[in-house]
Amino acid sequence: MTLSFAATLPDRGFDVELDVAEGRTLALLGPNGAGKSTALGIAAGTLRPHDGHVTLDGRPLVRVAAGRTRTWVPPHARQVALLAQEALLFPHLSVRQNVAFGPRSQGARRRDAEAAADRRLEQIGLAHLADRAPSTLSGGQAQRVAVARALAAEPRLLLLDEPMAALDVDVTPALRQTLQRLLADQTAIITTHDVLDALLLADEVAVIEDGRVVERGPTTQVLARPRSAFAARIAGLNLLTGTWTGDGVRTPAGEVVHGHAPGEDLAAGAPMTAVFRPAAVSVYLDDRRGSPRNTFRGTVHALEPRGDLVRVRTDHLAADVTPQAAAELSLTPGTRVWLSVKAAEVDVYRD
Amino acid sequence: MGKHVAAAGLAALAVAALAGCGTQAGGAEGGDASEGTTTLTVFAAASLKGSFEDLAGQFEAAHDGVDVQLSFAGSSDLVAQVQQGAPADVVASADTATMDKLVADDLVAAPQDFATNTLEIAVPPGNPAGVETLADLADPDVALVLCAPAVPCGAASAEVEEAAGLDLRPVSEEQSVTDVLGKVIAGEADAGLVYVTDVAAAGDDVEGVEFPESADAVNTYPIATVPHEAADATQDDLAREFVDLVLSDDGQQTLAGFGFAAP
Amino acid sequence: MTRTEQRTETAVGLPRWAFVPAAVGGLFVVLPLVAMATRVDWSSYWSLVTSESARAALVLSLQTSAASTAACLVLGVPMALVLARSRFPGIDLARSLVMVPLVLPPVVGGIALLYTFGRRGLLGETLQVAGVQIAFSTAAVVLAQTFVALPFLVTSLEGALRTAGARYEVVAASLGARPTTVLRRVTLPLVWPGLLSGAVLSFARALGEFGATITFAGSLQGVTRTLPLEIYLQRETDPDAAVALSLLLVVVAVLVIAATRRGRSPL
Repeated sequence: MTLSFAATLPDRGFDVELDVAEGRTLALLGPNGAGKSTALGIAAGTLRPHDGHVTLDGRPLVRVAAGRTRTWVPPHARQVALLAQEALLFPHLSVRQNVAFGPRSQGARRRDAEAAADRRLEQIGLAHLADRAPSTLSGGQAQRVAVARALAAEPRLLLLDEPMAALDVDVTPALRQTLQRLLADQTAIITTHDVLDALLLADEVAVIEDGRVVERGPTTQVLARPRSAFAARIAGLNLLTGTWTGDGVRTPAGEVVHGHAPGEDLAAGAPMTAVFRPAAVSVYLDDRRGSPRNTFRGTVHALEPRGDLVRVRTDHLAADVTPQAAAELSLTPGTRVWLSVKAAEVDVYRD
Repeated sequence: MGKHVAAAGLAALAVAALAGCGTQAGGAEGGDASEGTTTLTVFAAASLKGSFEDLAGQFEAAHDGVDVQLSFAGSSDLVAQVQQGAPADVVASADTATMDKLVADDLVAAPQDFATNTLEIAVPPGNPAGVETLADLADPDVALVLCAPAVPCGAASAEVEEAAGLDLRPVSEEQSVTDVLGKVIAGEADAGLVYVTDVAAAGDDVEGVEFPESADAVNTYPIATVPHEAADATQDDLAREFVDLVLSDDGQQTLAGFGFAAP
Repeated sequence: MTRTEQRTETAVGLPRWAFVPAAVGGLFVVLPLVAMATRVDWSSYWSLVTSESARAALVLSLQTSAASTAACLVLGVPMALVLARSRFPGIDLARSLVMVPLVLPPVVGGIALLYTFGRRGLLGETLQVAGVQIAFSTAAVVLAQTFVALPFLVTSLEGALRTAGARYEVVAASLGARPTTVLRRVTLPLVWPGLLSGAVLSFARALGEFGATITFAGSLQGVTRTLPLEIYLQRETDPDAAVALSLLLVVVAVLVIAATRRGRSPL
C-alpha cells in the first residue's frame, strides 16, 4: 500500500479509512458536504484529525491519538500536491515560473527548473503559453497548467479536488484527456461528483456519504452494481463498449458511435468505451431526421419521472425528455423509437 | 449638471457661515453677563501659574459674582492668541519683548511691570552630577537642558551664559520652562536653568542651586489690560481692578511668596 | 462650455445628496492649507526655507522618518503576519494593544517611552550601565516615530493579508515550499500594494510626529529637532518662518504620497 489513511473528526461526523496502491488513482465520489474535501485536507496537512494516521510509502505523515498529536509532518514536507477547483496559478508569476515553482522551492536552480517546466508544458501542448500571465489564460488552460505545476513538484501523492467543477462543459474533455495521460503512473486521489471523471480517470472508486465510506471497489463494478443511493443515482449514465473502427466505436450490436476521441493513434479493433448522459439524448419516432451519426434504435421499456424530466429507458440506453415531449410522442412502454445524441456530447476512450 | 453647481454653492455658503459664526462669537464672549456672573479672562505666562491662581481666588472673594478664567501658556503662544482675537481681558507675560509685540499691534493698554524673576539651576534630588556653580554646567559630562533661545527663559539663559563667558552645550533646548523642569524632575537631565519661582513651585522634586551670575539676566514681567471694541465699560473696569490687585501690597506679597522679586 | 464625454459605466449606490457633505469635508481639509499658503511671504520663502536650521531640520526629518519606516517594516510585517494568520488565546487582545499608539495622545506616548528608555526607565537603566544612552539622541527620535507609526503599517497590512486569504499559500506549501519561501515568493508579492500603502502611511505619520519626539527625545538642532519641532520653535520668534516651513512639510508629505500612488490601479 502506498497510501494508508484512517482518520476521524467527530465534530464533522467524519470517519473514513482509505488506501491507494502505488500508481493507482482513487476517485472519491459523494454528494456535497459528504466529507471528500475533508479527506483531502487531512492528507494534505491543512486539517488535523482528532484521531487517526496517514502513512505514505511507509512514512508516517500524521499520527494522532485521541486529540494528542504524536507525529505531524508539515504540508511542505509531505510531498503531497494539491490541485483545487480553481487553478490558483500564482498571478504574479508567468506560466513557466508557475510550473517551475515546485522544483525551485525544493532547491533546483532556476534555469534547470524552468527548462523542466518548458518540457512539461510541451507535453501537454501548452508550450506556447509559457511566457503568459495566468490571468490571460482560459479556465481550461489554467487548470491544465495547474496540473503540470503539481506534477512538476514530483509528489508521491497527487490530490485533485473537483478539478473540472469550475470549467465549462466543452472544455472538460480536453482536461480529462490530459489528466488520463498524466495520472497513468501517479498515485492520486480525485474527488468528484461527476461520474465521468471517475469512470475515465480512476482505477478504483470509494463512495462517501455523511462522512463515511459506503462503497468501495473497481470503478465499473461499483457503477454497474451500485449498492449505495448515491452510486445508483450517479450511475445513470449511458455506457457503450465496442471496438475502434477508425473514426468511431462499433458496438456488438453493429451500431457505430462517434464522439470526442483521444488524439493519439488508435489501432483498429482496440477496445473502446463511449459514454454520454441521458440528458444529451433526443428521442424520435422515426429517423426522418436522417442524421446517420449516433442514431440508435430501441424499444421503450420504462418511463421514469425524474424531477421535471422523464427518463425513457430502452434496452441499453436512457434518454431524459420533458414531459411535454413524452406526451407529444405518445411514449409508452413498447413504443419503437430512435435515439440520437450529438457526437460532441459523447466521450470516447480506450478501455 | 446644474444640480452639482448648486450643491457646491451650498457647500461654500455653509463654510462661509461657519466662518462668520466663529468671529462673531469671539468678539462677544468677553462680556457675558448672563445670570449675573461676569467672567474675567486672564492670559498669563506659564511661570505665573501658582501665583495667579492664588490672586484669582483673592479677586473672586473680593468681587461677588465674578468668575476669573485663567489661561496659562508660553508667552509667545499667549501673544499669538491675543493677536488672533482670543477673548482675553488681562495679559501677563514673562518678558517685556513679547508684551511689546502686543503694544506695537495696539492691542493692549499701557503695560506695567509687576514682578521680576531670575534664573536658578535646578538639579534632581541628591544632585547626582554634583553641580555647584554656573561654570559646572559647561562640563561635558553634565546633561544640561535649557530653554530654547527663542523663549524668554532661553533668552535669559543666553544672557547669563554670555555674561559669564561660558559655552554651554545642552543636550536639548526645550520649548518652555515646564519642559525643562520636567526633564530634570524625571532624572533625564542632570541640570537645567529655570526660574527661581519654578524651583520653589517644584518643592521636593528638585533641588535649587543659586548662582551669583543670575543677576545679569533679570526677567521683568509686565501686565496689561486688553480694551475691547465693544466698549463694555464694566469689563474694562474689572480688568483694571485685577491689575490693581496684582500691583497692590497684597498682590506683591502673594507674588513674593512664590519666589518673585519686586519689579 | 464643452460637454464632457459621457461615461459608459454609471455610478450605482451614490445618492446625489452625498456630494454636498463630501464637498464640505473636502473643503474642510483643503481650506486650512490654502489659508496657510495665502499667509506665506512668498518673496522671502526661499530664504526662510533654506536657512541653516530649516535645512538641518528637514534633513533630520527625512532621515529619521526613513529609518522609522524601515523599523516599522522589520517589526510590523511579522506582526501583521502573526495577527492575520495564527490563532492563539488572547490574539484579539494583542490586536487591540497594537492599536494603542494610534489612540494615545503622542505626548503620552513620549512620556511612556521616557519611563521605558529614559535614564531611569525600565530598560533605560540597564542600557545606561551597558553604555547605551538613548535619551536626547537621534535614536530616540526614531524610537518615538516608530512607536506612533507602527500601528498604521500593522493594521493596513493585516487587513490586506486577511482579504487575500491563504489559498495561494496552501498551494505553495503543497508544492514543497517551506514557510519562509512561501512568504518570500507568494505572500509578500501578492500583498505588495497593501504593504506599500502601509509603509507610506507610516512614513507620513513619522514625518509629522511631534508630541512623542519633543517629550522623549528633546529638541536640539541637527540631533533631535525634526521639522515639526523646528516649526513649533519658530513660532516663538518668526511666525513667517513657521508658516513657510509648515507649507514645506505639507509639500514633502504630499510628494511622498503621490509618488507611491502614481501608476498603480485604485488601491
